Order: sequence, then C-alpha cells, then structure tokens
Amino acid sequence: MSHILRRQGWVAGLFALLIILFIVTKLIQPGYGSGDFGSLARAVLPYAFAVAAQTIVVIAGGIDLSVAAMMALTSVTAASMMAGASEEYALFVVPFVLAMGLVLGALNGVLIVVTRVPDIVVTLAMLFVLQGAALLVLDAPGGAAAEWLKATIVGTVPIPGLPDTVEAWLPKALLLLVVCLCIIWIPLRRSRLGLSIYAIGSSELAAFRSGVPVARTRIAAYAFSGLFAAMGGLALTMSTGIGAPIPGPYLLASVAAVVLGGVALGGGKGGLLGPIVAVFVLRLVRTDLTLLAIDPNVTAIIEGVIMVAVVMFGAFITMRSRQS
Amino acid sequence: MSSAATVPQAPSFGRRLKRFMADRPIVPLVILLVALVVILQILRPGIVNERWIANTVKFAIPLAILAGCQTMTMLTGGIDLSVGTVATMSAFIMATQIVNQDPTVAFLLAMTPAVLIGLVNGIGVGVFRVHPLIMTLGTSLIGTGFLQVYQRTVIASGAKIPDFLNWLGTGVSFGFPNALLLFIPVAVFIVFTLNRTGFGRLLYAVGDNERATRLSGVRYWQVILALYILSSLLAGITGLLYIGLIKAPSLSLAEPLVLPSVAAAVIGGTSIFGGRGGYAGTIVGALILTVLTTLLTILQMPEGARRMLFGAIVLLVTAAYLRITEDR
Amino acid sequence: MGDRLPSLCHGRKTDAARPETGRTSEKPHALTTKPLLDATGVAKNYGAVAALRNASLSVLPGEVHALMGANGAGKSTLVKILTGAIRADAGRILIRGEARDVRSPAAARRAGLLPVYQEPALIPDLDVLSNLRLTGTPVEPFRAWVRELGIPDLDIREMARDIPLAVLRVLDLARALAVEPDVLLLDEMTAALPANLAEKVLEVVRRQGDSGRAVIFISHRFVEISALCDRATVLRDGQTVGVVDIEPGVEEKIVELMLGARIEKTKVATRAAGQAAAAPARPRLGVRNLRVGTKLNDVSFDLADGEVAGVIALEGQGQDELFAALAGSIRPSGGTIEVGGQPARFGHPLDAIRAGIAYVPGDRAEALAMQRSVRENIALPFSAALRHWGPIAMGRERATVLDAIKRLQIDTRAQGEVQRLSGGNQQKVTIARWIAADARTILCFDPTRGIDVGTKQEIYKLLRELAGQGKSVLFYTSELEEVQRVCDRVIVIFGGRVVDVFPVELADEPALMRAAYGLPRDAKEDVGILADPTQPSSPSPAGGTAP
Repeated sequence: MSHILRRQGWVAGLFALLIILFIVTKLIQPGYGSGDFGSLARAVLPYAFAVAAQTIVVIAGGIDLSVAAMMALTSVTAASMMAGASEEYALFVVPFVLAMGLVLGALNGVLIVVTRVPDIVVTLAMLFVLQGAALLVLDAPGGAAAEWLKATIVGTVPIPGLPDTVEAWLPKALLLLVVCLCIIWIPLRRSRLGLSIYAIGSSELAAFRSGVPVARTRIAAYAFSGLFAAMGGLALTMSTGIGAPIPGPYLLASVAAVVLGGVALGGGKGGLLGPIVAVFVLRLVRTDLTLLAIDPNVTAIIEGVIMVAVVMFGAFITMRSRQS
Repeated sequence: MSSAATVPQAPSFGRRLKRFMADRPIVPLVILLVALVVILQILRPGIVNERWIANTVKFAIPLAILAGCQTMTMLTGGIDLSVGTVATMSAFIMATQIVNQDPTVAFLLAMTPAVLIGLVNGIGVGVFRVHPLIMTLGTSLIGTGFLQVYQRTVIASGAKIPDFLNWLGTGVSFGFPNALLLFIPVAVFIVFTLNRTGFGRLLYAVGDNERATRLSGVRYWQVILALYILSSLLAGITGLLYIGLIKAPSLSLAEPLVLPSVAAAVIGGTSIFGGRGGYAGTIVGALILTVLTTLLTILQMPEGARRMLFGAIVLLVTAAYLRITEDR
Repeated sequence: MGDRLPSLCHGRKTDAARPETGRTSEKPHALTTKPLLDATGVAKNYGAVAALRNASLSVLPGEVHALMGANGAGKSTLVKILTGAIRADAGRILIRGEARDVRSPAAARRAGLLPVYQEPALIPDLDVLSNLRLTGTPVEPFRAWVRELGIPDLDIREMARDIPLAVLRVLDLARALAVEPDVLLLDEMTAALPANLAEKVLEVVRRQGDSGRAVIFISHRFVEISALCDRATVLRDGQTVGVVDIEPGVEEKIVELMLGARIEKTKVATRAAGQAAAAPARPRLGVRNLRVGTKLNDVSFDLADGEVAGVIALEGQGQDELFAALAGSIRPSGGTIEVGGQPARFGHPLDAIRAGIAYVPGDRAEALAMQRSVRENIALPFSAALRHWGPIAMGRERATVLDAIKRLQIDTRAQGEVQRLSGGNQQKVTIARWIAADARTILCFDPTRGIDVGTKQEIYKLLRELAGQGKSVLFYTSELEEVQRVCDRVIVIFGGRVVDVFPVELADEPALMRAAYGLPRDAKEDVGILADPTQPSSPSPAGGTAP
C-alpha cells in the first residue's frame, strides 16, 4: 500500500491541485456549473490525446515533436473526407484516420531505428513533412464533420437512475476521453509490450540484457503515439466541425503536461493518469485567468511561462537524478 | 590499433568521396546551386539576369543570417527555434516605436526582447539542461504572447518603416543589394568568431565532446549562455533588415523563415549533432533554398509540398552525414 | 515453498568446512561427460583492436568453472559473446553438443545460458514483480531462491531503483536461478556484497554445480575461487592460455599464466639505473583519507615533485574514482586533497587545472574532440577561461602547439580530424595538450592501453622526461610490466584502499599481481610497509615467487 501511495503521491497532489483550482474557479465565478465543466472537458479533449501521445513516447525514453503536426494532418484528412459525404461514410473515416496515425507513428519509429538519427531530429523532420502533408490535404481551414460525430462530445451522458444534477457533471467528452484512453492504455500497461516500453525507457542496456526486443518496442511506442495523435486530430475535427492545417500549440503543451504529470523526460517513469490530470490543471488555470478578465494574450504569456517553468523544473530534476 | 587505424594507403573511391564530402561540403553545394540556377534558366529562359540575382540575394540574406544563428547553435548540438519570434518582435517594436521615439532609443527598445529571450534560452539550456528545441520553442511562444499584448498598446499610434531600413532592405546600389552592407560584416563576424576566437573554438569543442571540454576546464553554461544571447541578437538584427524588405509589420513576420533556416544550416553541412560545420556552407545552403523556392513556385508546387521537401531534406542530409562521419 | 527448490543436499561439496586439499581429484565426470558449453576459436575485433583472438572455454556439467585473466585479457568480451550481447567475428559455440547461434540475450536465454552482470539487469523503474514478468520468470521459484539467498523479507512490489545494490545483485541471481539455466555466468558476483550475503551466494553457487548444471564464475578473488571452483580457464591477450584444475598452490600457476612469458623478462629492470627514485622531494600532491562513495574508501599517499608514482589495481577497485576526484570531475565524499601543502577543493576540472593538475583519461574518446584538428585539440584548454574567448593569437598558438607536437613526435600527416590519427597519436595529443599548457602534475590513466609498442616506448620516455623536469606524474596502468619502465614507486589499490606501496626495486610482476589480488606479500620479501594491516590475511600460498 505504501508503494502505491508513494508512487501515486504526485498524481494525488495533482488531483488536490485540480480540486483547489475548481474551488478557486467557483469562488471567482459563483455561477460556474456543469455546462462550463462540459466545455472544459471539450477543450481538454485534443490536449489530452496529444499528451497521451507524448507520454507513451517519453516513457519509452524518446520524444515526439511531430505530435501537433500529426494531429493537424489527421484532422484535415478526416474533415476533408467527411466534407459532403454521407453520415455513414464517417463510420469508415474514423478507423481509416486512426490507422493512418498508427502507420505514420510507426514510420517515425522505423526511421529512428533504421537511420539511427536521434529521435528529436527524426520527429522534427516528420513535423515538417506532416505539416506539409496537412497543407496539401487542405490549404485553409475547411472540410466538415459528420453530425453524429460532433454529437458524441456534446451534452452529457444519460445514465438511467442517476439524478439529472449528477448526470450534468458527466459530459460526453469526458466519457469519450476516458473510454478511448482506457481501451488502449490499460491492456497495454498490463501486457509484456507495455512493460518493455517502460524497460527501454528506464535502462536500455538492462532491457536489452533482459531479452527485450529494443527496436521493435520503440517502433511500437511511436505507433501508439501516432494512434493517440490521430484521436487528437479527430477530436479537433469533432469539436470544431472542420480541419485546420496549421498545427495548434499542442507540442509544448504536451511536453509540459507530461513533465507536470510526473513522467520523467529521461523515460521509464510515470503513467498516463498524471499527465491527463495535468492537462486539466493547465486548462483550468487558463479558464480561471479568463474568468478573472485577464487579457487573453496575457493569459497566453502566463501559460507559456508556466509551461517553460515546468519543463525547466523537469529537466532540473532529471539532471539531479542523473548526478546522484 | 597502430597501423590499421592510421590513414589507409589507398582508400576506395567511395571512401575518398565521403571524406571529401565531409571535409569540403561546400564544393558539391556550389555545384548543386549552379545546377538549380541552370534548371531555372531552362524552365524559364531569360529569368536569370542581373535583377533576378540581386533579388535572390536580397531574399537570401535574412535567411542566411538566421541560418547563421542555427549554425552556431547547432555546432554545440543545439537549435534555436526562437529566432523567428525574436526577429518579428524586434521588427515590430522598431516599426512602432520609431513613430514617437528617437531612432537610437527605438533600436535599443527593439533589441531588448532579443537579449532577454537569448538570456532565458541560455539559462534554460546551459544551466537547467532543457533540450534546446523545447526551450526555444517555449520562449518563442511566450515572446509571441508578449508581442500580441504589445500590439494592443500601440494600435493607436500606428507603424512606419524607417527610411534607412527601407533603403537597406530593398535598395540596390551599383547592381548590388544594399543589404550586403549589413550582411558582409555579419558574415565576416560569424566566420571570424567560429575560426579565430576562443569562443568559436569552444562552440565546436562543446558540440563535439562536452566531456572533453569539461576536462579541459570549460564551463559549459558560460558558453551556452553567450551563444544563445548572440544568436538572439543576430536574429533581432535580421528582423530589422527583414522589415525593411517586407515592409509590412505583422505578428508572424519572420516565422516562415524558421524551418528554412534550420534546413539551410543542415544542407550547408553543419551537423545537427554538433562539432562539425561552418558558416560558408550555410550561406550557400540559404542561396540554394531561395533558388529552390523560386523553382518550386515556378513549378507551381504548393506550400505543403515544399514543407514536405524541406523535412525530407533535413532527415536525408542528417542521415547521410551520420553515415559519412561514422564510417571511417 | 521450499519443496519447489531443486534438491539441495548432495554429498560432494555441501560439507561447509570443506578442506582446501584434495578436492580437484574428485572430478567426477570430467572425462565421461560431454561439455555443457563448448566455445572454441572465438574472436572479436573492435576496429583494428582485437579484443579476442582465439578464446576457448569448455564447461562440463556439474562444475563451477572460473574464468580468469588480467585487465583487458578479454573476459568481459567473451562473456558478452556467450550471452548474446555482442556477436563474435569467428568461433563456434556448442551447447550440449549442438551448434547454437547466440544472436541476442533472448536467444542465449532460450539456449539455457544466463548471465548475472556486475551492473544488475533489473529495470530500475519497474518493481520486482514486473521485472520478473518482463523476463518470463516464474515467481514462486524466484521467491524461494531469494529466501535461500538470505533475504527473507523481500517485497516484490518494491521498485528496483529503491533496492540497495547488494540486494539487487542477489535478486538478479535469484531471477537467473529461477529459470534453472544450464549454464550460469556470474561476473564478479560477490563484489559489493556484504559478507553474509556473499557467503549465501557462494553456497548456492556451489550447490548449483552439484545439480548437474554448470556455473562460469568470474572473480578477482582467489579465496573464493579456490573455495568454490573446480577448474579455471585463463585468458591472456584475448587467447585462452591454459585450463587448470583448482588445487592448493594453484594461485602461483594462474598468476604465471596471466602474466605469460613476461615473467622472466621483466625481472631485468628496464629503467635506467640513474633514474631511480630521487631523494624525497617536496610533496606536490597530498591525498589524505580520500573517500568517494562506496568505491574509494580511505586512500592516502603523497606525490612528490619529479616523481612518477604508479598505481596498480584490478578493474573497478576505485582507481577511476581516485583519478576523477583528483581531476575535479567528481567531488570526494570525504578526506582532503593538498596541492603544494595547501588544502584544495575542486568543484570543477577548471579548479584542478588552475592548481596545475592535468588529467589524461584512459579513454581517448573522453578527452578529444574527435572531429576537430590536432591543433584545436591541443589548444583547447587555452580557450577555457572566459577571458580567453576573444581573438586567438594564431601565431603564438601555432608555435606552442608545434612545439608540443614536435616534442611528442605526433604524426600529423593525417591533417584535419583527430579521429583519423592512430590510437597512439591520439593519446599523444591528449598528453601534448597538457605539456603545451605546462601543467605541474599530470594524472595519466592507463595512457598506453591499446596503442602500439613504439608509441608506448615514447610515452614511457616522455613521462620520465617530465619527471626529470620536476613535474610529478601519477600513472595508473593495467600493464604491470610498465611499472618497471616508468615508475619510481607503486601504489597498489584493492577494494578502494591502498593495500601496499612498493619501491620500484621490489615491484616485480608476480609481486604486483599478488598484491593487486589482495594477497599479502611473501614473507621473505616483506619489508613491512603494508599499508593496510586490516586486510584479511589468508595463509600465504607456499611456493614463493617465480624463479
């Protein structure tokens, strides 16, 4: 039990911080209610998937700079495919886009393993390539999303037997997020592959000596990252109803949330829950700043400063642990 | 290790070629540049003339200076993605402050964010050891935020492009772009710094083998801090030049130059892992990219395909240099 | 759950107070049984360096087989090849008589070969249970072995990172034992283990031999080897030079095999007589009770002006930490360093350099900017300080560098990058740097490793010359014969302590080798300067030095 407490201490602290932030929000804006929470969940959705994508690669000891560009590409692909198409066609679009993310992510991994160029350079180059590809698919924001897809993240989950007041706090977007992440993460975490991902991030040499297929595991980690990024892209299309070819601010946000979520940039440590909670924290800070009627541009600065500070703090911790 | 590890007597042609490429990347680069110009001339006969050359040079110069920032940071194994934001900020501040301020004061105000961002980058990378890419990306986001806030405060007073910058950015004297007046000293300064100063030596050495420099008594953070401040200052100056060229202050003025500046340095033979490269190759790299852009425009290749091409170039060139340098 | 353990008690070696005598005669199946593992003609080159030339190793069922060799003889390369960590360039590996291609650690595992390395292979950020799952190790046998190995209260939910190193090594062993490997490779298994754990480990290893399996046991400790092993294979310069039965007095034979033909040759001191240790001069560098972590415990010595003091130690006895601390690369955890009689604190190598101490690391790749020129590498320390960041006086630099190049006769035909120089020339560049910088004290860590004979001679000469100019040199070497050529005095370190200090006249190779293995000096040669009387003193093997 003590291990669980110690290991989850950081996440528990984040949860506490989140609750404090909710209380602060309620104090600033006494009318803050379930509807606002729903929009928070919707705003979090793409960020959360970006963070999930980054988390898995960072745990494997790498980094993926192409996350935001991958989201942009999958988003515009989905939006342009669904534009003018029937509602049913979207049933095909969703798995197609997810598969695309998986393949492109795996391509990242393969390039890293085969060229032996460091991950940071490969994913930087892929950032250019995916950005370019997104511009080729749609050179300006456009496209469309199927109505039923958009509807999956609007409103609340009707659960029979629950009073409406409770139900109101269960936005569909949150449910979608939880379901998508759990479906992939929990089986992965429990599998040998999941262990191997942690192992290569923690100590590549020890993993190799323990018989872990290091190259294959690394490719798998990037493939999952691509899959999560594709979910993020779909979430963007679902929430905006269109696709935008210019990547959003998801790269730095994902790295910051990963660090804030207790996943060491050196790899091998942490889980998915921490970074996801961290995303909520970061978004809620933004909400609060907006509620305080602070200029949105100043909000952007404060957010940026928080993220940079978090990343610096993370790097500092990593440096310390390496020295000891 | 004795005899076998020394220079082999008769290296194969492939090996010699590799070595030549590694030592003198500038020769194949110049050949590539000329080839591109020839292709351009074939596709659009008559396009290559004095005016076109002056124009190409004019547009290549801001790119070349920013690529100089990348060259220096890449020599240490880093990268500076904040140069676009820094250039934009100094340009925007210059254009808006010149309305009510003395040119000197406006200039100093314009260079302040450059120094600050360079300082923060240097501390983050040198002291806290944040990866340069993440660090400079972060400061560039913050910088953009500040610029947006700043824009509101000056929205009433308007902006103008100082005549001098206009002259410097777009003017041509005796067939030569005036921008060369700025670029030649900057280029000489960078080349001299890299080759003939202790600081330049340390940039190479730190990127090549940080441990070795530490054992030789070098303090890493000092080098990195000075480097990122210098890089930011050069980016700031580029911004002033670029506003004179583009003549339309905007909040994303120099942003499109960031990725090409990285590509130019990589093409120019500077290793993204550090320790190898130089500014001469980068200048040719910037020219190649400028000509390539013209070519792609003529071929009506969309912006997206161009970016993909840049990405592929960066990856291919890096992988190729990796092969060249480890295979000996 | 003890009933799941492999049967424990056989007669042969379980009687704990086994007499040291007459053991090897009861080699039970030496001739009748096929070897479990039979490796022949194994070779491995790293670039132009041959790490292994022609190594062979044959291990019979039911034996504990020691693998021995001096530093750099190729033990670790052979182990890595056997366990699939690297691939051999040549050679054949038979397991139970079948040719097997051990391509990866996983393949070695499937073939029944399991290693326990010096650095535990447990993933630091996974708990013990996950580590077991990762390697497909059954949990219950593991638990049983852990208890058997003397750790009764292991929490398998504990993160490997939070477990002390000694326990971690035992867990690594238990994990290997739990899958019942045919051949277990143990690399310095008892290093860093407290006495009680070490004892349990040895007991289990001994029993492993009884169950018809085999253990390859790599150790620097003769005491363990003679108590535990049946036979020993000795490697020298990448070749198997002998397989001996372990019997009383075999230490001498093994030392001889490890040293090879050199043993005779080096009785003749090669150093010019006139250069013998000068009169006790002022100490330039004083080391008092220096400690670094767990690796270096309480080392004290003086280094005088004009002296070359040798340091001899087996791998990993704390010499790396000693040099790193003196060079300012790491901070000592206790004790003091004095420079010219004044206590000094080094927070950064620059502080040591300012105090006139230069460090030439053993790995040239650590000291050189490989892609830069000879000149830039030699001039590197000049630019280190902030005030030298400005324009370089190229002419003066050129003169200084050329002077150093000439003095060391560096072959600079391969202009451009240092990585194109031969190893010997690279090493000269790392030394030239400090001659150009005029350092007063030079710390040389195995400067002749992997370089050609001619260059070695030049380096010996150079070090003597430097001493002649009044500079002091601390010289760690893994080649014992170099002591006679270069040093005035030899400091022997074992287990992080100075165990002996020899004047050069007494420092013949057998004596040094014995001291380096922690064996006490021969009574007849003992002149009473044994630095650490607390060192466990087993009865000194009879037989004396080699003739």
